[in-house]
Amino acid sequence: MFSVIFFIFIGIALGRFVCRSKQKTCDALLSRALTGFIWLLLFLLGVEVGCNERLLASLPTLGVEALLVGVLSALGSCVAAFFFWHRFCKSGDSE
Amino acid sequence: MKGSVIVVSFFVAGILCGIMGGSNELFADFVALLSSPKVSFCALCGLLLCVGMNIGSNPNMISDFRSLNIRVLFLPLITILGSWAGVVVAFFFMHRSLSDMLAVGSGFAYYSLSSIFITSYKGVELGTIALLANVFREIFTLLATPLIFRLFGPLAPISAGGATTMDTTLPIIMQTVGRKYSVVAIYHGFVVDFSVPFLVTLWCML
Repeated sequence: MFSVIFFIFIGIALGRFVCRSKQKTCDALLSRALTGFIWLLLFLLGVEVGCNERLLASLPTLGVEALLVGVLSALGSCVAAFFFWHRFCKSGDSE
Repeated sequence: MKGSVIVVSFFVAGILCGIMGGSNELFADFVALLSSPKVSFCALCGLLLCVGMNIGSNPNMISDFRSLNIRVLFLPLITILGSWAGVVVAFFFMHRSLSDMLAVGSGFAYYSLSSIFITSYKGVELGTIALLANVFREIFTLLATPLIFRLFGPLAPISAGGATTMDTTLPIIMQTVGRKYSVVAIYHGFVVDFSVPFLVTLWCML
Protein backbone atom coordinates (compact mmCIF):
# COMPACT_ATOMS: atom_id res chain seq x y z
CA MET A 1 0.00 0.00 0.00
CA PHE A 2 2.81 2.40 0.77
CA SER A 3 4.52 1.71 -2.54
CA VAL A 4 1.26 2.90 -4.12
CA ILE A 5 1.50 6.24 -2.34
CA PHE A 6 5.22 6.41 -3.09
CA PHE A 7 4.74 6.04 -6.85
CA ILE A 8 1.96 8.62 -6.94
CA PHE A 9 4.20 11.13 -5.17
CA ILE A 10 7.14 10.44 -7.49
CA GLY A 11 4.73 11.03 -10.36
CA ILE A 12 3.44 14.28 -8.86
CA ALA A 13 7.00 15.55 -8.47
CA LEU A 14 7.86 14.53 -12.05
CA GLY A 15 4.67 16.12 -13.35
CA ARG A 16 5.36 19.31 -11.49
CA PHE A 17 8.92 19.79 -12.66
CA VAL A 18 8.94 18.11 -16.06
CA CYS A 19 5.45 18.45 -17.54
CA ARG A 20 4.52 22.04 -16.75
CA SER A 21 6.81 23.49 -19.37
CA LYS A 22 5.14 21.47 -22.15
CA GLN A 23 1.75 20.89 -20.69
CA LYS A 24 -0.28 20.22 -23.84
CA THR A 25 2.05 17.55 -25.24
CA CYS A 26 2.41 15.96 -21.81
CA ASP A 27 -1.36 15.84 -21.21
CA ALA A 28 -1.99 14.18 -24.56
CA LEU A 29 0.76 11.61 -23.98
CA LEU A 30 -0.33 10.91 -20.40
CA SER A 31 -3.95 10.35 -21.31
CA ARG A 32 -2.88 7.81 -23.94
CA ALA A 33 -0.52 6.09 -21.51
CA LEU A 34 -3.26 5.92 -18.87
CA THR A 35 -5.71 4.30 -21.28
CA GLY A 36 -3.03 1.80 -22.29
CA PHE A 37 -2.27 0.90 -18.68
CA ILE A 38 -5.97 0.44 -17.88
CA TRP A 39 -6.29 -2.01 -20.80
CA LEU A 40 -3.14 -3.85 -19.75
CA LEU A 41 -4.26 -4.21 -16.12
CA LEU A 42 -7.69 -5.49 -17.11
CA PHE A 43 -6.08 -7.97 -19.47
CA LEU A 44 -3.82 -9.16 -16.64
CA LEU A 45 -6.82 -9.45 -14.28
CA GLY A 46 -8.47 -11.59 -16.96
CA VAL A 47 -5.37 -13.80 -17.24
CA GLU A 48 -5.41 -14.26 -13.48
CA VAL A 49 -9.08 -15.31 -13.54
CA GLY A 50 -8.50 -17.57 -16.58
CA CYS A 51 -5.56 -19.34 -14.90
CA ASN A 52 -7.45 -20.05 -11.69
CA GLU A 53 -9.34 -23.30 -12.29
CA ARG A 54 -11.15 -23.20 -8.97
CA LEU A 55 -12.46 -19.77 -9.81
CA LEU A 56 -13.49 -20.71 -13.35
CA ALA A 57 -15.29 -23.86 -12.23
CA SER A 58 -17.29 -22.01 -9.57
CA LEU A 59 -18.18 -19.06 -11.80
CA PRO A 60 -21.65 -20.33 -12.84
CA THR A 61 -22.95 -21.04 -9.31
CA LEU A 62 -21.18 -18.74 -6.91
CA GLY A 63 -20.79 -16.16 -9.65
CA VAL A 64 -24.45 -15.18 -9.62
CA GLU A 65 -24.44 -14.58 -5.88
CA ALA A 66 -21.17 -12.70 -6.11
CA LEU A 67 -22.44 -10.55 -8.96
CA LEU A 68 -25.50 -9.62 -6.90
CA VAL A 69 -23.44 -8.64 -3.86
CA GLY A 70 -20.77 -6.85 -5.90
CA VAL A 71 -23.13 -4.74 -7.97
CA LEU A 72 -25.64 -4.01 -5.19
CA SER A 73 -22.94 -2.91 -2.75
CA ALA A 74 -21.53 -0.59 -5.42
CA LEU A 75 -24.99 0.78 -6.22
CA GLY A 76 -25.79 1.21 -2.52
CA SER A 77 -22.71 3.36 -2.08
CA CYS A 78 -23.63 5.31 -5.25
CA VAL A 79 -27.07 6.16 -3.88
CA ALA A 80 -25.53 7.15 -0.53
CA ALA A 81 -22.97 9.33 -2.33
CA PHE A 82 -25.74 10.90 -4.41
CA PHE A 83 -27.66 12.05 -1.31
CA PHE A 84 -24.46 13.07 0.43
CA TRP A 85 -23.48 15.21 -2.57
CA HIS A 86 -26.86 16.92 -2.92
CA ARG A 87 -27.46 17.42 0.77
CA PHE A 88 -24.01 18.42 2.03
CA CYS A 89 -21.41 19.09 -0.65
CA LYS A 90 -22.92 20.63 -3.76
CA SER A 91 -23.47 24.14 -2.34
CA GLY A 92 -19.89 24.65 -1.23
CA ASP A 93 -18.39 23.40 -4.48
CA SER A 94 -17.66 26.23 -6.85
CA GLU A 95 -17.61 24.91 -10.38
CA MET B 1 -20.01 2.95 -24.80
CA LYS B 2 -17.20 2.21 -27.25
CA GLY B 3 -14.71 2.58 -24.41
CA SER B 4 -16.59 0.07 -22.24
CA VAL B 5 -16.67 -2.49 -25.06
CA ILE B 6 -12.91 -2.18 -25.52
CA VAL B 7 -12.36 -2.53 -21.77
CA VAL B 8 -14.53 -5.66 -21.60
CA SER B 9 -12.83 -7.20 -24.61
CA PHE B 10 -9.42 -6.78 -22.99
CA PHE B 11 -10.70 -8.51 -19.87
CA VAL B 12 -12.27 -11.36 -21.89
CA ALA B 13 -9.10 -11.71 -23.99
CA GLY B 14 -7.18 -12.08 -20.73
CA ILE B 15 -9.50 -14.85 -19.53
CA LEU B 16 -9.18 -16.70 -22.84
CA CYS B 17 -5.43 -16.28 -22.70
CA GLY B 18 -5.38 -17.74 -19.18
CA ILE B 19 -7.54 -20.71 -20.20
CA MET B 20 -5.38 -21.42 -23.25
CA GLY B 21 -2.30 -21.35 -21.03
CA GLY B 22 -3.69 -24.39 -19.21
CA SER B 23 -4.15 -26.46 -22.37
CA ASN B 24 -1.47 -25.27 -24.75
CA GLU B 25 2.20 -26.04 -24.05
CA LEU B 26 3.56 -23.18 -26.12
CA PHE B 27 1.34 -20.70 -24.39
CA ALA B 28 1.95 -21.92 -20.86
CA ASP B 29 5.25 -20.11 -20.27
CA PHE B 30 3.90 -16.86 -21.64
CA VAL B 31 0.79 -17.05 -19.47
CA ALA B 32 2.82 -18.01 -16.39
CA LEU B 33 4.91 -14.90 -16.95
CA LEU B 34 1.83 -12.70 -17.41
CA SER B 35 0.08 -14.01 -14.32
CA SER B 36 3.06 -13.54 -12.04
CA PRO B 37 2.40 -10.90 -9.37
CA LYS B 38 5.55 -9.02 -10.41
CA VAL B 39 4.21 -8.17 -13.86
CA SER B 40 0.90 -6.79 -12.62
CA PHE B 41 2.73 -4.91 -9.89
CA CYS B 42 5.01 -3.27 -12.46
CA ALA B 43 2.02 -2.35 -14.60
CA LEU B 44 0.29 -0.90 -11.55
CA CYS B 45 3.38 1.15 -10.67
CA GLY B 46 3.55 2.48 -14.21
CA LEU B 47 -0.10 3.42 -14.00
CA LEU B 48 0.39 5.21 -10.69
CA LEU B 49 3.37 7.10 -12.00
CA CYS B 50 1.24 8.39 -14.90
CA VAL B 51 -1.60 9.24 -12.52
CA GLY B 52 0.81 11.20 -10.32
CA MET B 53 2.27 13.04 -13.30
CA ASN B 54 -1.21 13.92 -14.46
CA ILE B 55 -1.99 15.42 -11.04
CA GLY B 56 1.37 17.14 -10.75
CA SER B 57 1.24 18.75 -14.18
CA ASN B 58 -2.00 20.51 -13.28
CA PRO B 59 -0.95 24.01 -12.20
CA ASN B 60 -4.25 24.59 -10.37
CA MET B 61 -4.03 21.49 -8.20
CA ILE B 62 -4.06 23.22 -4.84
CA SER B 63 -6.74 25.76 -5.69
CA ASP B 64 -8.84 22.96 -7.24
CA PHE B 65 -8.66 21.02 -4.02
CA ARG B 66 -9.53 24.13 -1.98
CA SER B 67 -12.63 24.69 -4.08
CA LEU B 68 -14.00 21.35 -2.88
CA ASN B 69 -16.25 21.30 0.12
CA ILE B 70 -14.44 20.17 3.27
CA ARG B 71 -17.32 17.77 3.97
CA VAL B 72 -16.05 15.38 1.28
CA LEU B 73 -13.70 14.17 4.03
CA PHE B 74 -16.67 12.13 5.26
CA LEU B 75 -17.05 10.33 1.93
CA PRO B 76 -15.34 7.07 3.05
CA LEU B 77 -17.92 6.72 5.85
CA ILE B 78 -20.73 7.28 3.33
CA THR B 79 -19.21 4.63 1.06
CA ILE B 80 -19.02 2.06 3.86
CA LEU B 81 -22.58 2.67 5.06
CA GLY B 82 -23.97 2.73 1.50
CA SER B 83 -22.22 -0.53 0.61
CA TRP B 84 -23.68 -2.22 3.68
CA ALA B 85 -27.14 -0.95 2.75
CA GLY B 86 -26.68 -2.48 -0.72
CA VAL B 87 -25.64 -5.79 0.85
CA VAL B 88 -28.77 -5.76 3.04
CA VAL B 89 -30.86 -5.47 -0.15
CA ALA B 90 -28.91 -8.41 -1.68
CA PHE B 91 -29.56 -10.38 1.53
CA PHE B 92 -33.26 -10.67 0.67
CA PHE B 93 -32.42 -12.58 -2.52
CA MET B 94 -29.94 -15.01 -0.97
CA HIS B 95 -29.82 -17.85 1.51
CA ARG B 96 -26.85 -16.82 3.57
CA SER B 97 -26.40 -15.20 6.96
CA LEU B 98 -26.36 -11.41 6.97
CA SER B 99 -23.03 -11.23 8.82
CA ASP B 100 -21.36 -13.46 6.20
CA MET B 101 -22.65 -11.24 3.44
CA LEU B 102 -21.64 -8.05 5.20
CA ALA B 103 -18.15 -9.53 5.52
CA VAL B 104 -18.09 -10.08 1.75
CA GLY B 105 -19.44 -6.58 1.16
CA SER B 106 -16.81 -5.08 3.43
CA GLY B 107 -14.13 -5.98 0.90
CA PHE B 108 -15.07 -2.74 -0.93
CA ALA B 109 -13.57 -4.12 -4.18
CA TYR B 110 -10.26 -4.95 -2.45
CA TYR B 111 -10.61 -8.54 -3.61
CA SER B 112 -7.16 -9.94 -2.85
CA LEU B 113 -7.06 -9.04 0.82
CA SER B 114 -10.74 -9.57 1.66
CA SER B 115 -10.89 -12.99 0.00
CA ILE B 116 -7.78 -14.16 1.86
CA PHE B 117 -9.23 -13.02 5.19
CA ILE B 118 -12.64 -14.53 4.54
CA THR B 119 -11.18 -17.84 3.30
CA SER B 120 -9.25 -18.19 6.53
CA TYR B 121 -12.19 -17.23 8.78
CA LYS B 122 -15.11 -18.79 6.93
CA GLY B 123 -13.78 -21.29 4.38
CA VAL B 124 -13.16 -21.54 0.66
CA GLU B 125 -16.73 -21.13 -0.55
CA LEU B 126 -17.37 -17.76 1.06
CA GLY B 127 -13.80 -16.79 0.21
CA THR B 128 -14.47 -17.44 -3.48
CA ILE B 129 -17.69 -15.43 -3.30
CA ALA B 130 -15.73 -12.61 -1.68
CA LEU B 131 -13.12 -12.74 -4.42
CA LEU B 132 -15.70 -12.75 -7.22
CA ALA B 133 -18.00 -10.16 -5.63
CA ASN B 134 -15.16 -7.72 -5.14
CA VAL B 135 -13.70 -8.38 -8.60
CA PHE B 136 -17.19 -7.72 -10.01
CA ARG B 137 -17.41 -4.51 -8.03
CA GLU B 138 -14.13 -3.30 -9.47
CA ILE B 139 -15.11 -4.27 -13.02
CA PHE B 140 -18.54 -2.68 -12.54
CA THR B 141 -16.88 0.56 -11.46
CA LEU B 142 -14.43 0.50 -14.36
CA LEU B 143 -17.20 -0.05 -16.89
CA ALA B 144 -20.03 2.00 -15.42
CA THR B 145 -18.18 5.09 -14.17
CA PRO B 146 -19.44 7.37 -16.99
CA LEU B 147 -23.02 6.23 -16.37
CA ILE B 148 -22.71 6.45 -12.57
CA PHE B 149 -21.35 9.98 -12.91
CA ARG B 150 -24.31 11.06 -15.03
CA LEU B 151 -26.91 9.43 -12.78
CA PHE B 152 -25.53 10.00 -9.30
CA GLY B 153 -23.12 12.92 -9.47
CA PRO B 154 -19.35 13.31 -9.12
CA LEU B 155 -18.84 11.55 -5.79
CA ALA B 156 -20.66 8.34 -6.74
CA PRO B 157 -17.93 6.80 -8.95
CA ILE B 158 -15.49 7.33 -6.08
CA SER B 159 -17.86 5.59 -3.67
CA ALA B 160 -18.50 2.73 -6.07
CA GLY B 161 -14.77 2.15 -6.49
CA GLY B 162 -14.37 1.55 -2.74
CA ALA B 163 -10.79 0.79 -1.78
CA THR B 164 -9.54 0.81 -5.38
CA THR B 165 -9.94 4.55 -5.96
CA MET B 166 -6.31 5.21 -5.16
CA ASP B 167 -4.97 2.77 -7.75
CA THR B 168 -6.83 0.78 -10.40
CA THR B 169 -10.00 2.84 -10.75
CA LEU B 170 -8.28 6.20 -10.18
CA PRO B 171 -7.48 6.96 -13.84
CA ILE B 172 -10.98 6.25 -15.09
CA ILE B 173 -12.47 8.36 -12.30
CA MET B 174 -10.02 11.15 -13.04
CA GLN B 175 -10.85 11.08 -16.74
CA THR B 176 -14.60 10.99 -16.19
CA VAL B 177 -15.22 13.21 -13.17
CA GLY B 178 -12.32 15.62 -13.60
CA ARG B 179 -8.83 16.01 -12.28
CA LYS B 180 -9.81 18.04 -9.26
CA TYR B 181 -11.51 15.02 -7.70
CA SER B 182 -8.37 12.89 -7.95
CA VAL B 183 -7.19 14.06 -4.53
CA VAL B 184 -10.55 13.06 -3.03
CA ALA B 185 -10.30 9.68 -4.75
CA ILE B 186 -6.80 9.00 -3.39
CA TYR B 187 -7.77 10.06 0.13
CA HIS B 188 -10.95 7.96 -0.09
CA GLY B 189 -9.08 4.90 -1.39
CA PHE B 190 -6.51 5.19 1.36
CA VAL B 191 -9.07 5.35 4.18
CA VAL B 192 -11.37 2.63 2.83
CA ASP B 193 -8.38 0.40 2.04
CA PHE B 194 -7.24 0.75 5.61
CA SER B 195 -10.68 -0.15 6.98
CA VAL B 196 -11.00 -3.44 5.03
CA PRO B 197 -9.06 -5.78 7.36
CA PHE B 198 -10.83 -4.43 10.44
CA LEU B 199 -14.37 -4.48 9.07
CA VAL B 200 -14.03 -7.89 7.40
CA THR B 201 -12.71 -9.35 10.66
CA LEU B 202 -15.50 -7.67 12.61
CA TRP B 203 -18.28 -9.23 10.50
CA CYS B 204 -16.55 -12.63 10.43
CA MET B 205 -16.39 -12.66 14.23
CA LEU B 206 -20.10 -11.97 14.69
